[in-house]
Amino acid sequence: MKYYRAHVLICSGSNCAIKGCRSVKQACEQEIIRHGLQGEVQVVDTGCLGLCDQGPALVVYPEGVMYGRLTPSDVLEIVSEHLLKGRLVHRLMQQPTGPAGEVSPLSMTPFFQKQKRVVLKNCGLIDPERIEDYVRAGGYTALATALDVMTPESVIAEITQSGLRGRGGAGFPTGRKWEYTRVAAGQQKYVICNADEGEPGTFKDRLILEGDPHLIVEGMALAGYAIGATRGIVYIRGEYELSIHRMEQAIRQARENGLLGEGILSSAFSFDLEVCAGAGAYVCGEETALIESIEGNRGEPRFKPPYPVEKGLWGQPTSVNNVETLANVPSIIEQGALWYRSLGTPSSPGTKVFTLTGNIVNSGLIEVPMGITLREVIYEIGGGIPEGKQFKMAQTGGTSGGCLAAAHLDIPMDYDSLQSHGSSLGSGALLIMDDTHCIVDLTRCFLKFFVHESCGQCTPCREGAPALYHLLGKVSAGAGGHADIQLINRLSRTMQSSSLCALGQTAPVPVLSALQHFWPEIEAHLNGRCPANKCVMGKAAGKIAN
Amino acid sequence: MAERQANFSHRQMILPFVDQPGGLLKALHALQNASLDHFLAPSDLKLVAEVFGVPEAKVWGTVTFYSLYSTSPRGRHIIRVCESAPCYVVGAMDILKSLGAMLNVQPGETTSDGRFTLEVASCLGVCGVAPALMVNMDVHGNLTRDKLAAILAEYA
Ligand SMILES: Cc1cc2nc3c(=O)[nH]c(=O)nc-3n(C[C@H](O)[C@H](O)[C@H](O)COP(=O)(O)O)c2cc1C
Ligand code: SF4
Ligand code: FES
Ligand code: FES
Repeated sequence: MKYYRAHVLICSGSNCAIKGCRSVKQACEQEIIRHGLQGEVQVVDTGCLGLCDQGPALVVYPEGVMYGRLTPSDVLEIVSEHLLKGRLVHRLMQQPTGPAGEVSPLSMTPFFQKQKRVVLKNCGLIDPERIEDYVRAGGYTALATALDVMTPESVIAEITQSGLRGRGGAGFPTGRKWEYTRVAAGQQKYVICNADEGEPGTFKDRLILEGDPHLIVEGMALAGYAIGATRGIVYIRGEYELSIHRMEQAIRQARENGLLGEGILSSAFSFDLEVCAGAGAYVCGEETALIESIEGNRGEPRFKPPYPVEKGLWGQPTSVNNVETLANVPSIIEQGALWYRSLGTPSSPGTKVFTLTGNIVNSGLIEVPMGITLREVIYEIGGGIPEGKQFKMAQTGGTSGGCLAAAHLDIPMDYDSLQSHGSSLGSGALLIMDDTHCIVDLTRCFLKFFVHESCGQCTPCREGAPALYHLLGKVSAGAGGHADIQLINRLSRTMQSSSLCALGQTAPVPVLSALQHFWPEIEAHLNGRCPANKCVMGKAAGKIAN
Repeated sequence: MAERQANFSHRQMILPFVDQPGGLLKALHALQNASLDHFLAPSDLKLVAEVFGVPEAKVWGTVTFYSLYSTSPRGRHIIRVCESAPCYVVGAMDILKSLGAMLNVQPGETTSDGRFTLEVASCLGVCGVAPALMVNMDVHGNLTRDKLAAILAEYA
């Protein structure tokens, strides 16, 4: 192996690609050659570093210095100063320096210190296009161990003991799902990786697939071994071109190396994967709709039961698992259930990947132990609210999650405590809003999403979502009264109890939590006043209301 | 004659998908990508129904379900502005309004020269750089009003 004195890791994730990381990388490589450093410095493409807001970004190792918001011309300076002369380019640095100008490595900055990286352990550190890099980082040892010394039942037992719960939203225990699929009768069982990611504010699965695709190949192979499936499908949202490309490439590489296909690693276990691209419908992320879509139909949710673990793809037992769920599996097999339980809280062990969006300084991707407080995430990792504004509210769990107020900043974020406060952990989307926003206006924005995305199959959701949207429009216009609020409450309960799938069941969650936690502000609207001055009141707004 | 030829090449294009799981959606993808106006014409749907041996109504039902398919002709370039909450709170509506004014269209409409169709979309999965939009398959993020003209200029 060749030895390099320095490594330049450039994020090639989607958020950075949008901001031109290709040309930054090209400039970097050209400059390194121009200075004759190509034998000493290696430039590596890597996955998301987490600070997407500061992209395009690169990290120079061994120092662990991150440079951000780069243009190709900035890179000339980094090469000639840092790489050639060993002098830091403070102007472009994204981490604080000490009194004597010393830098602490990236991993020691507040942004990373509070994080615990299990799922993202390789993201931003390896080249996702090279299976060698994944293997060098310890990849595929969990699969090898399982095939060598564990029975499928003991794999399931380990996952069950770890307490891993599904990261796609519902938080169902993964071990139990696998157990059900294993014991269900059927000739051909399937593992499906759900990467249809459409919950607004969520982009973790995309960045995991882009940053460490082999982790998902390994997780799925372990799932296949555990439940007795020989085939798996990765269902990836159609817009995620880079994820699709990286996943297909990882599958090819794994096959070439005997890690997928017939008799994996000389064992009796055979397993193969294929990628299926979605066609743009949020509801297809619902597991039975996703199965319909793979079968080439309209992606309408099926009535449950039967659940996919009994009758899933082509009527066969199927385990549908989220990307992040599967990404946890290799580490659990390798390090054990006890280790996993040492992270997080008793009812929600492990870590959670969150995406930070909205009015927050560091928008991007983080991974923290379950049970961390909202305050720590927003102020210590997220850097607080920009432009000196005040925190007003946070929506956890994406658009189908609830709105929390400043009084909730210290509740632990895990499945159960968020639920008990009328919200949910959901997909891990965290939308932060400052005090310039209006609760009624935002709630309308949330509702509009469901009006668009309802598949229309069942009445409570098809008719209920537009009705709620309309009622909120009335309140926003200052034309609403207490009777409308009552109606909103009644409609919401009906949708929750009688919609066919979780889309319709959760659509009212943001509305109900707004009523619960922001009542004075809503009441002001009933009296013709929008405290945040966002809603257009009175006659001018009459048209919207009707 | 030209139509027959097109029909023939379209048939060739989708035949490989017939035996694949979920091949119907892949065939529709291929046909729409081959269409200069980014849409699926009634003749395309008829062809798919015939080749796959399913009722035409089922093909229609499938096509109208997914947002990536269109059954009416669209501009050469399709702009999709994300209006989901994370983009909304950092100014997506300003972007949409500005674009509408620059192109002189409402969401859903195509410019008179057929260059752009303006659409609104739900979260595009790049909220880390909100507000965001896609032109065809390219994503543009961290949008401000001043950036829009330069973005449009990239698409002739
Ligand atoms: C409308 C709707 C959208 C969903 N979207 C997703 C999604 O994008 N990704 C996902 O993993 N799960 C999604 N789910 C949850 C899935 O139905 C399913 O519970 C999940 O994939 C199971 O995996 P897990 O146990 O690993 O979480 C969605 C559910 C609903 C109702
Ligand atoms: S609840 Fe909504 S999305 Fe779910 S099946 Fe009913 S109409 Fe479709
Ligand atoms: S995508 Fe580059 S830092 Fe997140
Ligand atoms: S909310 Fe706009 S890209 Fe996600």
